[in-house]
Amino acid sequence: MRSSRYAVPLLFLALCLFGIWAAKITPAFLLGEMLVRLGRNSILVLSLLIPILAGLGLNFGIVIGAMAGQVAAILAVHWGFSGIGGFAFAMLLATPVGIVFGWLTGSLFNRAKGREMVTGLIAGFFANGIYQLFFLFAIGTIIPFDNPGMVLPQGFGLRNTVDLTPIQYAVDDLIRFRWNMEGTSLRVPIASYVVVGFFCWLTLFFFRTRMGQQFRAMGQDPHVAEIAGIPVERNRLLATILSTVLAAWGQLFFLQNIGTLNTYNSHEQVGMFAIAALLVSGATVSKATVGQAILGTLLFHTLFVVSPLAGKALAGDAQTGEYFRVFVAYAVITMALVLHAWQAVRRARAA
Amino acid sequence: MMDRVRAFVREAGVPRLLIGAFVVALFAVAVATKMNLPSLVTDSIVRVARNGILVLALLPAIQGGVGLNFGLPIGIICGLVGCVITLNFGVHGPVGLLLASALGAGLAIPSGIGYGWLLNRTRGQEMMVGTYLGFAFVSGMSIFWLVAPFTNPTLVWAIGGKGLRTTLALTGIFDRTLDRFLAFTVAGVTIPTGALLVFFGLCWLTAWFFRTQMGITIAAARSNPRFARAAGISDQRTRIQATVFSTVLGAIGIVVYSQSFGFVQLYTAPLLMAFPAIACILIGGATVTRATVTHVIIGTFLFQSILTVALPVTSQVIQGDISETARLIIQNGMILYALTRVGVGGER
Repeated sequence: MRSSRYAVPLLFLALCLFGIWAAKITPAFLLGEMLVRLGRNSILVLSLLIPILAGLGLNFGIVIGAMAGQVAAILAVHWGFSGIGGFAFAMLLATPVGIVFGWLTGSLFNRAKGREMVTGLIAGFFANGIYQLFFLFAIGTIIPFDNPGMVLPQGFGLRNTVDLTPIQYAVDDLIRFRWNMEGTSLRVPIASYVVVGFFCWLTLFFFRTRMGQQFRAMGQDPHVAEIAGIPVERNRLLATILSTVLAAWGQLFFLQNIGTLNTYNSHEQVGMFAIAALLVSGATVSKATVGQAILGTLLFHTLFVVSPLAGKALAGDAQTGEYFRVFVAYAVITMALVLHAWQAVRRARAA
Repeated sequence: MMDRVRAFVREAGVPRLLIGAFVVALFAVAVATKMNLPSLVTDSIVRVARNGILVLALLPAIQGGVGLNFGLPIGIICGLVGCVITLNFGVHGPVGLLLASALGAGLAIPSGIGYGWLLNRTRGQEMMVGTYLGFAFVSGMSIFWLVAPFTNPTLVWAIGGKGLRTTLALTGIFDRTLDRFLAFTVAGVTIPTGALLVFFGLCWLTAWFFRTQMGITIAAARSNPRFARAAGISDQRTRIQATVFSTVLGAIGIVVYSQSFGFVQLYTAPLLMAFPAIACILIGGATVTRATVTHVIIGTFLFQSILTVALPVTSQVIQGDISETARLIIQNGMILYALTRVGVGGER
């Protein structure tokens, strides 16, 4: 079992190296991309860890958390907040929204025990419908929203993109740092790394608290945990809320780097990419560490950058590479799910 | 009286009643605003015939104990490969349609066996494994469509001469062949007889199959695996049979869908096709563990009517296209409802 722990990340590393070699990617370009992507995606990946610890599996419902973050970003920009203060305000605003969304998702998970992952996936689709209903139809009709710059020409509904320039790079450039490498100036978002580091530490710290230990016990055997007097249902709810709020913040960090919000699409792929990133590090449905979250983010996003370029170099067009990276993301998730279920079946047979 | 109402509500389920009421309300608005009712009904019936078999494909999987077959795209892809091969040879008309279905079904058998084998080893997570296996298959096949050695100039991109187009028009090949077969018009409503006959025929065939020795064995192994094992029936085997049946119907379903739609859609088009089909069968009254042909027919009719009528009707009341949003909410709300109700109220 020990050797297979490294099989997935090593295979991925080989794939990345091959792509880098095939597309003749320069170190400066790759490093620049990685420095940015590490800062902007890590927190979303970290948000997956607590539900895994508590035995809920991969939280496909972080999409709902991302929506909470977007609600906050939209409101913060609408009310004219900007800079680091505006970003802090958005985070503050995202917290109660995330708690409510997380509570709703968690209640759903408690009613669908053993099917949390598929429930989370469908709940994400469902929430997307509600989100559209809200921002495409309720804004400007039922809910007064006077901002011609953000509303569609028809007078209601938000535009497809929301300009987040007021809060762009609010955290990334809090401590301005540029690194000159081979003539290109690379943005090094030091403050973002500090925040990511803080959240890594917070997650690790949480694992060691009394509640973290309870979560671990639940993850290992919910029935034994129940008998031992751990409030399993309540803790599952808490784990989902924590994950959702963290995902809301994670999405805000993502957006402050990107600088534009695709009102109706930005959240859709969040779950898939974060989960695939976590899994390429060798993490499983029932066990994942902070180190794996960071390693996975690095590996997955290397492939993400390299794949279209390698496709262009090898097959003549970028399209092949783009399909390939989507395929890899789905295949990695499928593999992890199959292995997890396979082991569960075997354990059930052995018992 | 109250008891009987309550029993009826419990039997039908609150969401189902809401959706039924919604359909009635939509048609009522259509009548009140003097819309062209016959054309709305025609569109609804066409869409029932178009999507019906894809919904029916879910039935064997539920009856075989595999649950909701979120891996339906696997069967769909097999059918698409059948279509593309047929188109590449330039076979037209009913023969082409038959050849595409036969090729698709032929490919679906080994695919279904493999898929069923995997589902047997991942019990308890069939829905999740099916979903992502389907996703992976669709995205993997996107690369196939791009590099596959198809040469017919009507299929590949004009520039470069390589890689299949995203949509292949069926005009003059087998566009609406079934829909037009024996079609007639009553009171302004056009009935796509051929497509409906095929749909109902396959429904009848499926119902009949579950009365044969093999079908009864499959259903028995689902409802009581231990008893079945004692009787010498391996539920591993019956689950694979059910999956193969479901996958084959999925392949035939997409061929019928494509001829009615007029286009073969490749690449990411099949990615999310399982979800509306699943919503249909659930709206019809099926649960994760039990489904009948009646559920398939009623569910397809209700959900497809909503999708057809919602757009023209709501655009009279409010600006903008709310039908896609409504579809997302109804479809996924229904699936969520079913997922949270397994094991509640003696549904197992």
